[in-house]
Amino acid sequence: MTPAELLRADLRLIADLVPEGSRVLDLGCGDGALLEHLRDRRGCQVRGIEISLSGVTACARRGLPVLQTDLDEGLRDLPGGSFDIVVLSQTLQEVRNLRLLLAEMVRVGTKAIISYPNFGHYPSRLRLGLRGRMPVSETLPYEWYDTPNVHYTTITDFRALCRTTGLVIRQEIALRVRENRARPVRFAPNLRADLAVAVVTRAPDEGIQLLPVNRMYGMRIAPYRTMSASVRGMRNEGACPQIRMGGGGVDRRRAPR
Amino acid sequence: MAASASGPQTLVLEGAVRLACGRSLESVEVAYETFGTLAEDGGNAVLVCHALSGDAHVASGPGPAGSERPGWWESMAGPGLPIDTDRYFVICTNVLGGCSGTTGPGSVDPATAERYGLRFPLVTIEDMVEVQAGLLDALGVDRLLAVVGGSMGGMQALAWASRYPERVDAVVAAATTGRIGAQAIAFNEVGRAAILADPAFKGGDYDLDLPPAEGLAIARMVGHITYLSQESMREKFGRRLRDRDEHAFEFVSEFEVESYLAYQGRRFVERFDANTYLYMTKAMDYFDWQPPKSMLPRFLVTSFTSDWLFPTAQAREIVRVLLERNAEVTFAEIASPYGHDAFLLETERHGALVAGFLARALEDRHCRGGAL
Repeated sequence: MTPAELLRADLRLIADLVPEGSRVLDLGCGDGALLEHLRDRRGCQVRGIEISLSGVTACARRGLPVLQTDLDEGLRDLPGGSFDIVVLSQTLQEVRNLRLLLAEMVRVGTKAIISYPNFGHYPSRLRLGLRGRMPVSETLPYEWYDTPNVHYTTITDFRALCRTTGLVIRQEIALRVRENRARPVRFAPNLRADLAVAVVTRAPDEGIQLLPVNRMYGMRIAPYRTMSASVRGMRNEGACPQIRMGGGGVDRRRAPR
Repeated sequence: MAASASGPQTLVLEGAVRLACGRSLESVEVAYETFGTLAEDGGNAVLVCHALSGDAHVASGPGPAGSERPGWWESMAGPGLPIDTDRYFVICTNVLGGCSGTTGPGSVDPATAERYGLRFPLVTIEDMVEVQAGLLDALGVDRLLAVVGGSMGGMQALAWASRYPERVDAVVAAATTGRIGAQAIAFNEVGRAAILADPAFKGGDYDLDLPPAEGLAIARMVGHITYLSQESMREKFGRRLRDRDEHAFEFVSEFEVESYLAYQGRRFVERFDANTYLYMTKAMDYFDWQPPKSMLPRFLVTSFTSDWLFPTAQAREIVRVLLERNAEVTFAEIASPYGHDAFLLETERHGALVAGFLARALEDRHCRGGAL
């Protein structure tokens, strides 16, 4: 197997979304698998943040510069605008102050790539709705009493969070993961995908605003785009008029200020 | 591998060493030891810097009389250990101003043929680095794979990065700070005051057979309190009494912690010089680190949760300025109850981190060597 095949499914996808030579920060980078891949195969300048000493030690052995930090403290030591891409892969559900972290991500980086398990996946809904049991799945493998996760989200909820946090979803890729193979889900993603990857930027002109959550209802969601289109869009950005944020972009459809 | 240990060596530097205070020192003598073998390309040299009371004997090996003596970092440096003397050529020097062989206040001033005492110039951490660099020049070691140090040794490692960024690939700075805070300066000053107040001190010109033992012992006792943590003291001593069940109602050493400190103080006086204690603490107080502007080496900065002398916040400040310079920096805060002493004791987890960091630095050096 090549190193790329050894990467977790969502990390492979994230790696493909990162342009060559980018400055990348990986939040919750674990043993540094993604960062090593990006550095060695895509010529990226990388940095990681990891809470576990074992992860930091593994990264040091790989020559990856990693800071042992609790993401709940934010990214205060990192200068603004010092990264092209900030990655948060399947870590969102363990972060307490998620809105602060999202704001921090787009402060230190131009783009954030976030992957998260979709709690709206139909087996989860069936397990909770019909059997009355808390969901356990490949992407959410923990029992309710023994989980590091403090937040559960669905794709629809995540979109709403972005809007109320002053973020724009530039791309969204919904996935079905089986035995570490990911397939894109195009139809009814919030029901059929168990994992989602979103590329997020700061909403233009507005800076980061933490709007009250009750203002998020009644707003239109960001346009949903399929995986293949998204990946193409990422590599050839200017060609996607729907994500240009000039005058009447997605962010303008927000509730009036 | 003890055979590859050099044992105690001394070398006299040619020319004068210019010091930060403006004065210079002629014919500086440097006590050093080496462990392991320098690679043919010279790419495996690691300089280890000692803390306030250390010496050149970092790893176990032959001591002054040729007998085996444990190194001050014996769990960290040696064959198969994180600072692996089978892989790296490890160099350790006694610092300038020290009392274990390198020129210091206890040395004889060639101008007067008398011991310097307090006439010895105040030295800085950077001056110590100058002398180490002079030694490496003399030994033919142009580049260092890494400079490693804890506490005051960590300050030297940082100073190396600023002074000679082009000579250093990697820096390991453990339990250290870019500048000590008022609290640490205060404790240093209490130690100095105890020495200066000892009638035997005689302005630094004490009889070597009658040193200011009381003052130096008190300084060490204060120091030891700052090296421990509340937790480790409670664990180690609690309120236990030594050799008695009831209070004596007299001013005698009763509590375990009292007899421990008294013992540490007594033992220290046997091996350490009071004047050097003054100079070392002053050098730490003066240290105010500025990172290099370019040619930054990679850094590993570590702190320990219960270290209140050089707390994590100060290590993070080092990291913060390095991030501003876009340096490659790894930072870890290791959970430990042992206070500042943890950098000497927590060798398992801290050691694994240091070992991996150094091993990778060596690999990358080989890769680069091949590419050039």
